[in-house]
Amino acid sequence: MRVLLIEDDQQVVSYLLKALREVGAVADHAADGKEGLFLAAGEPYDALIVDRMLPKLDGLAIIRTLRASGNETPVLILSALGEVDDRVEGLRAGGDDYLVKPFAFSELHARLEALLRRGSVSSPETRLHIADLEMDLLTRRVTRGGQEIQLQPREFRLLEFLMRHAGQVVTRTMLLENVWDYHFDPQTNVIDVHISRLRAKIDKDFDSPLLHTVRGAGYVLRDQD
Amino acid sequence: MTKTNVLRSSTFRLALLYMLLSGGSVVILLGFIYWATAGYMDRQTDATIEAEIRGLAEQYRRRGLAGLSAIIAERVTRDPSGASVYLLADDDLSPVVGNLSRWPDAETTGEGWIDFRLRDWGQDKSEEHQARARTFLLHSNLRLLVGRDVRELEATRRLIVNALAWGLAITLALALGVGLTMSAGVTRRIDAINQTSREIMEGDLSRRVPTYGTGDDFDRLADNLNRMLERIEWLMESVRQVSDNIAHDLRTPLTRLRTKLELARGPNEKPAQVREAVDQAVEDAEELLSTFNALLRIARIESGSRRSAFRELDLSRLLRDVAEFYEPLASHKGQHLEVDAPHALSVDGDRDLLFQALANLVDNAVKYTPRDGRITLSATTQNAGPQVAVADTGPGIPAETREKVFQRFYRIDNSRTTPGSGLGLSLVQAVVQLHGARIAIEDNHPGLRAVLRFRASAG
Repeated sequence: MRVLLIEDDQQVVSYLLKALREVGAVADHAADGKEGLFLAAGEPYDALIVDRMLPKLDGLAIIRTLRASGNETPVLILSALGEVDDRVEGLRAGGDDYLVKPFAFSELHARLEALLRRGSVSSPETRLHIADLEMDLLTRRVTRGGQEIQLQPREFRLLEFLMRHAGQVVTRTMLLENVWDYHFDPQTNVIDVHISRLRAKIDKDFDSPLLHTVRGAGYVLRDQD
Repeated sequence: MTKTNVLRSSTFRLALLYMLLSGGSVVILLGFIYWATAGYMDRQTDATIEAEIRGLAEQYRRRGLAGLSAIIAERVTRDPSGASVYLLADDDLSPVVGNLSRWPDAETTGEGWIDFRLRDWGQDKSEEHQARARTFLLHSNLRLLVGRDVRELEATRRLIVNALAWGLAITLALALGVGLTMSAGVTRRIDAINQTSREIMEGDLSRRVPTYGTGDDFDRLADNLNRMLERIEWLMESVRQVSDNIAHDLRTPLTRLRTKLELARGPNEKPAQVREAVDQAVEDAEELLSTFNALLRIARIESGSRRSAFRELDLSRLLRDVAEFYEPLASHKGQHLEVDAPHALSVDGDRDLLFQALANLVDNAVKYTPRDGRITLSATTQNAGPQVAVADTGPGIPAETREKVFQRFYRIDNSRTTPGSGLGLSLVQAVVQLHGARIAIEDNHPGLRAVLRFRASAG
């Protein structure tokens, strides 16, 4: 994974570069908007992490310029502005995801993984599967080991999202935004209860668990083998 | 301290202007009265003289000069008081017949009206008299003067002028006096307000503008100022309270964080223990961050800038989504969560914020309702507009603390053993106010009922 980080805050940069290298990414860095646009346009990156407020050239302007020139590299926007309007503005400019500062690295990593995966999924799938768990998106049937599992509509969407991001860590915020479609901050970990319900349905009667909790980060749907 | 100079006060200037205006109108009024009375008397005199002349002319025409002389002589004798003045004089102005001893100096020749003075005249010889007369030139160079003594008239005229002058003077004096008194009163009231505001600016926020209980506009102004001051004092007090609470509430987790990091730094810690301590420290930092975020969020919502994100939305749908989101948690805790929102309720709002507000209310309900308790979410249309209620069968909130729960960091459970930041309901209130709605905490007999009353959608 080759990533370009366009960010002017030196502390955030050194922290992110170190963390990105730890998870095995090759990370380049640009400290201002002009240099960032120059690098992003010239080098083949798998993903860009772009801060919104940059010297010389604004982050959204970089994204607009890249998109206008046909560059479709996935972009994750970082910003201290977290209101819905700011988010919408960022996504309209051509950003693929939006992360509000301050953030945990696990959140950024999970979203980055999701962005990279998004790039590779092009044809619309009708069936998803991991190990012996299968989901038919047309008939909305879920089976594990040939045994049918009854899911509520929301549980189905939750499992679908997890299966589409199988093998990646998915954070609670990502689930709220994508499965419940609300940007909000639950006071207690209600998501955990939803997950344990789902886990009871897909894992309880089977030998190898698929749905795992990643401490301090989120959840992952992963085949143990 | 400088008191306002009465002479420089705007009310005094107003009074002065008022005095000039009323003085001017009094002058016009009195002028008219003078013209009407004195003028009338003048015209009366002239008319009397004209009538006399007509009589004399008649005699003169009928009986000639001899007749004229006879009638003049007769009239003089008939009027010994001398109210009428007659004189027929020859060419060199020597009197022929009449009650004047000589032709007045004022007018020696010609015809027309003359005014002149009379000495040694009438019954009161000591005084000089005023007379008005008309003179004629007859043929054979004779001159005729017919007139009236107007001394009484002049006296009346002076009387009228005197009365009018006094009237004007009294009016002006009264206007000035009333103006001064009025402006002194108004200046005193304004000085009181100025005095109070100066004292407040010097730091004594408990000062209030005095009222006189008259219910006049100054009392109303003072009342409003006092209410404003109370509101400001309350706001400042709550700001202070909030910063005290922030300091207090953030000190505890910060201390905890520091303790953990210090332990991790200890020389004998094993790597696994260090990792554990650091993990916990990160969790504490997360908690601190989320508290700060919540504070910032409330402040941003209260600033009202998010109204631009308002869209038309269905409150019932939102409530069902919240219920669906919390249902697993409630049933996990053995509670019954029911939702009663059968009809679409349209309001203009921010769906994420409203979801957050309702989620906070349901979160509290789930937190405090015992096992087998009941949580009911309902969305109904009342007369005033849509209404959303979150009711539970938990312990409820005592009536006297129901207002306080909206304060930042306020927690009924002072021991702070239950998790939570004490910001949940502050956020709910900020969201509710942003939407022009009202929130009420009511008794659910038993339990708590939070009711959000929205205004009917404009669209």
